[in-house]
Amino acid sequence: MAIWPTSKSVLLHLALVVVFAITLAPFAWMVSTSLKPTGASFTLPPQWIPRPATLVQYKTLFAQMNFARATLNSLVVAVSVTVLGLFINSLAGFAFAKYQFPGRQRLFGLLLASMMIPGQVAMLPLFMMFNKLGLLNNYLGLIIPGMASMFGIFLLKQFMMSIPDALLDSARIDGASEWRIYWQVVLPLTKPALATLAVFSFMGAWNDFLWPLIVMTKQSMYTLPVALANLTGEEHRTQYELLMAGSVVVILPIAIAFLAMQRFYMSGITAGSVKE
Amino acid sequence: MSLSDLSLYSLGDWRLTSFVGFANYAALLRDGLFWRALANTFYFVLVAGPVTVGVSFVAALALNSRLVKLRSVFRLGFFMPVVTTLVAVAVVWRWIYHPRFGLLNYLLSVIGIQGPDWLATTTWAMPALILMAVWKNFGYNMIIFLAGLQSIAPSYYEAARIDGANAWQSTWRITVPLLGPTTLFVSIVTTIGYLQFFAEPYIMTQGGPLDSTLSVVLLMYQEAFKFWNMGYAAAIAFTLFAVILLLTLAQMRTQRRHL
Repeated sequence: MAIWPTSKSVLLHLALVVVFAITLAPFAWMVSTSLKPTGASFTLPPQWIPRPATLVQYKTLFAQMNFARATLNSLVVAVSVTVLGLFINSLAGFAFAKYQFPGRQRLFGLLLASMMIPGQVAMLPLFMMFNKLGLLNNYLGLIIPGMASMFGIFLLKQFMMSIPDALLDSARIDGASEWRIYWQVVLPLTKPALATLAVFSFMGAWNDFLWPLIVMTKQSMYTLPVALANLTGEEHRTQYELLMAGSVVVILPIAIAFLAMQRFYMSGITAGSVKE
Repeated sequence: MSLSDLSLYSLGDWRLTSFVGFANYAALLRDGLFWRALANTFYFVLVAGPVTVGVSFVAALALNSRLVKLRSVFRLGFFMPVVTTLVAVAVVWRWIYHPRFGLLNYLLSVIGIQGPDWLATTTWAMPALILMAVWKNFGYNMIIFLAGLQSIAPSYYEAARIDGANAWQSTWRITVPLLGPTTLFVSIVTTIGYLQFFAEPYIMTQGGPLDSTLSVVLLMYQEAFKFWNMGYAAAIAFTLFAVILLLTLAQMRTQRRHL
């Protein structure tokens, strides 16, 4: 970039601050409204700082609206998808990176091509299958489709390819089994990529909406986004304060997870997207 | 599945399903609602897509400038909407668009404009959803553009400066062409994502008013899980897949010509 005069620097900062305010204002408004008593958000001009602030909306959510159960459901699903997904994707990545087997390239190409198919196309047959298998309103119905991901296999495979084969061979000479090589040699060296994938899987499972909406029809099995969407459905008595509190409950864990792990997340979304 | 008349009755007993050939597709072509949903989805993709990519490109350029302090703080702030749950975000925006007590109409009233009832008028419902989608998604593309910008060697810019190029020229003649592959990636990902537009209209408008925000996926959802016309819904899903495939190939084609 050419060196700009200082006045341009000021303008640039000003523009960035305005955009910054626009991106964060809805979140500020959400938190602020969630702390107001019922009906208090209907004021003009809008009141940014709730006076008095109250936690009554949160109490209602957890005591009456099944949000405690929905939070538990979301946690069970997101954690299982993450842990099982890491295991399965790393096994597949390991096989693709370190073993020569017939049809390897073709199989991998086929898997990559499957990324082109939008989720909705697979959703209907999957729903029919899960209906037959009795997996509707069952945690497995959300966990199984989320476990293996092409993105995960690809990420881990690329990372594992950078581990020298000599390391694996020396472990073999020392008498390690193939399983042990995977578990004690390759996996520990893959930690940075595993962390990246863990953040992605967790966020993906936590934020997912359409599939949980389809599979979980019983209120006690709703995940947080579905529970929140269900809350908006009660058209005639829309309580925005309550809805905002619900939104905070859905967003807060993911915002914290993201801020704590952003290093991994940022490296993950740029992996494979930029070609020199 | 898209070639059968699979419905609620078949869920209990497979034998009640029969092969109907391309009847579902034929019905689809005659279904005004389907064309409406397709047109709405294209409207959304063709407006929200370029705006999102444009905003994220400008944001990335601005953040990449060496003059900017606290770059990581801005970057994080711009990225927050991306990681947050769409449902929660849509709920908040529904409140922002509230005709009387929403933030947007309040801000407009400050500068003397009487804002419309955004989500309840056929003209404004879609632009309102587009505005929200741009807000939600530009941060993702911005990060990818930033990575692309950082992979451009500074020596190009030095050479251009020595040749007397100004900031505008070096952006237009060096940055834009070199970001070609990144732009292709970003536009394909954005297009595919936007073609699957669902939660926004589901939460905020239920496809209304008067089907003005009904999207293809929302129609598929309604056919499948509200009316249980699974075979028909599968035909919608396959048509969407075909559209995505065609658009992606077309994008790759046009881009190749530019490079």
